[in-house]
Amino acid sequence: MAQKRVLMKGNEVIAEAAIRAGCRNYFGYPITPQTEVMHYMAKKMVQVGGNFVQAESEVAAINMVYGAAAAGFRVMTSSSSPGISLKQEGISYIAGAELPAVVVNIVRAGPGLGGIQPAQGDYFQATKGGGHGDYRNIVIAPASVQELYELVVEAFNLADKYRMTCMIVGDGTLGQMMEPVAFRDEEPVETIAKPWAACGRKGDSFHHTVTSIYIDPDVLEKKNLELQDKYKIVEANEVRYEAINMEDAEIVITAFSTCSRISRNVIRQAAELGIKVGMIRPITLWPFPYKAISEAADMPSVKAFLDVELNAGQMIEDVRLGVNGKKPVYFHGRLGGNLPMQKEILDKIVAIHEGKITEGGNF
Amino acid sequence: MAVVFEPTKGLTDKPFHYCPGCCHGIIHRLVAETLVDNDALETAVGVASVGCTYNSYEYIACDMVQAAHGRAPAVATGIKRNLKDSFVFTYQGDGDLASIGTAEIVHAAARSENITVIFVNNAVYGMTSGQMAPTTLVGQVTTTSPWGRDPSYQGYPINVSEFLSNLAGAAYVERVCVTDYKNIQNAKKAIQKAFNVQKNKLGFSLVEVLSTCPTNWGKEPLAAMDWLKENMEKQYPLGCYKGADITFDADGKYVSGAIPATANNCVNVGEVKK
Ligand SMILES: Cc1ncc(C[n+]2csc(CCOP(=O)(O)OP(=O)(O)O)c2C)c(N)n1
Ligand code: SF4
Ligand SMILES: [Mg+2]
Repeated sequence: MAQKRVLMKGNEVIAEAAIRAGCRNYFGYPITPQTEVMHYMAKKMVQVGGNFVQAESEVAAINMVYGAAAAGFRVMTSSSSPGISLKQEGISYIAGAELPAVVVNIVRAGPGLGGIQPAQGDYFQATKGGGHGDYRNIVIAPASVQELYELVVEAFNLADKYRMTCMIVGDGTLGQMMEPVAFRDEEPVETIAKPWAACGRKGDSFHHTVTSIYIDPDVLEKKNLELQDKYKIVEANEVRYEAINMEDAEIVITAFSTCSRISRNVIRQAAELGIKVGMIRPITLWPFPYKAISEAADMPSVKAFLDVELNAGQMIEDVRLGVNGKKPVYFHGRLGGNLPMQKEILDKIVAIHEGKITEGGNF
Repeated sequence: MAVVFEPTKGLTDKPFHYCPGCCHGIIHRLVAETLVDNDALETAVGVASVGCTYNSYEYIACDMVQAAHGRAPAVATGIKRNLKDSFVFTYQGDGDLASIGTAEIVHAAARSENITVIFVNNAVYGMTSGQMAPTTLVGQVTTTSPWGRDPSYQGYPINVSEFLSNLAGAAYVERVCVTDYKNIQNAKKAIQKAFNVQKNKLGFSLVEVLSTCPTNWGKEPLAAMDWLKENMEKQYPLGCYKGADITFDADGKYVSGAIPATANNCVNVGEVKK
């Protein structure tokens, strides 16, 4: 039975969810707008008998994550864009060594030091690599505090199951907002055996080694092919998205996290004007719901897509791959930490409906 | 026939890839023997770094984790915080520890992480073919200081043991070398002392081992040993820089000596399901 609902900040819920998922290791470095994750952990993690270390840098924090994960323990770090850039080296090593880790990016506007307001400019970094080498992270983009809670718990299960980084992507809006959350009495924590973990031989006839170096090209190619096989399994099994109002939709909005919340209201306003708008909200940014987008593009009722993002157009590249030229794809984006007004999106929808704008679109 | 000498069980059967006259092999053996002597092979976790010893994770027979360049102390922190009763050590070169990894080593020492660092100083980047290291001596010719290290141009060497010993979190810091039988015995003693420091949860310990790189120094193995004694020891005097007064009884139990206050920062999070 679900407990009664409590009002909590998104960032605090991330920390609470991790602890509920059995995570007993948090390593981080302060950065706005995710510091509440750290503040919550500094107290609660110690109270539950886990490890909290304020690291000297994000580089050190992600390498502490690497160490704890290598020894077989559930572990999380959180940061925001500039800090996530620093963690990329470690994330690449985690991919190479096939370790389970949960990394949270409460994205802020860039490039460079940028600003601390909400943005989605790290979509490419999160979904297309970020660090060096051929690897993938599972990337999850919750849209509410309740979903944040449930998906952070799930992230630990996925990380363990596939031995890879599961990255939660949000922004300052999600991290800072307070919403009611209903916590479960018992979490669906899957304890997966880790025969590979380097936590002492303890009677095994061999020593466990955790590494990402393979000097022989043939061996490294084989290792890489194994990784690619694993990623194919993830693509086949872990795509998540929400389809809203898609029946008879004429215009399909594609938006994730914060942008999907704003767009959700636009659907209702458009309906009042007699325009049928639906939405596909990717929950996993990788693996991306290409099939759902492709099927939407095949719907006779669908005339066009409108991709809404807090960047200059990043997810739109994946949307276009899904649409595959079958329908026009328009874009509406805001930059620098600004959010689009519902009216801006509605105006765009009306213009598309009336055939008044060209594909691609402006900001 | 009596067995006079046999390979330690602390090393795997894999043949070393080190050059003739390189000290890495000797230092590996000392670490491995210490693990066996203390019955720690089954529980210890080592962290290999990036340098000629990137592959040490295949040679040392306890569980081993290979870390990114310079990050071994952070990786060891992540391990040790979860395995407070296991011996956790890093094995790092001078480029790794004293250049790219300065932040990680300084803060691991400052936090008094209860880990042991085996720091192998050969005054050069061995693996990447002999570039100047932060530890390269004044006047020393390397591939990136072709006219010799000139302080007015490339600055001065870093004395790691001296500066880390100034940190309150460092419990035990000693510099040794392995050029001859007596020094090898001393080095072994230092590694054992570091082991005891960690076992008694006294905090951060580091053993700096002066080492040869005949290949990149352009010297024959024996000449390299002589060069180390004549030149490196002047810049890097052997001796104990911190924790000289720490003593243990015959069972390795802490008896006396000044120690940091922050040496109890690890927990046992629970068993890993295997
Ligand atoms: C981030 C990164 N930068 C550079 C390198 C290349 N690299 C490999 S080993 C090494 C130097 C190692 O020197 P040292 O730590 O002194 O070890 P030695 O080989 O002398 O034992 C460098 C620069 C790397 N692997 N990763
Ligand atoms: S290059 Fe130098 S440090 Fe590396 S194995 Fe050879 S002698 Fe040893
Ligand atoms: Mg070196």
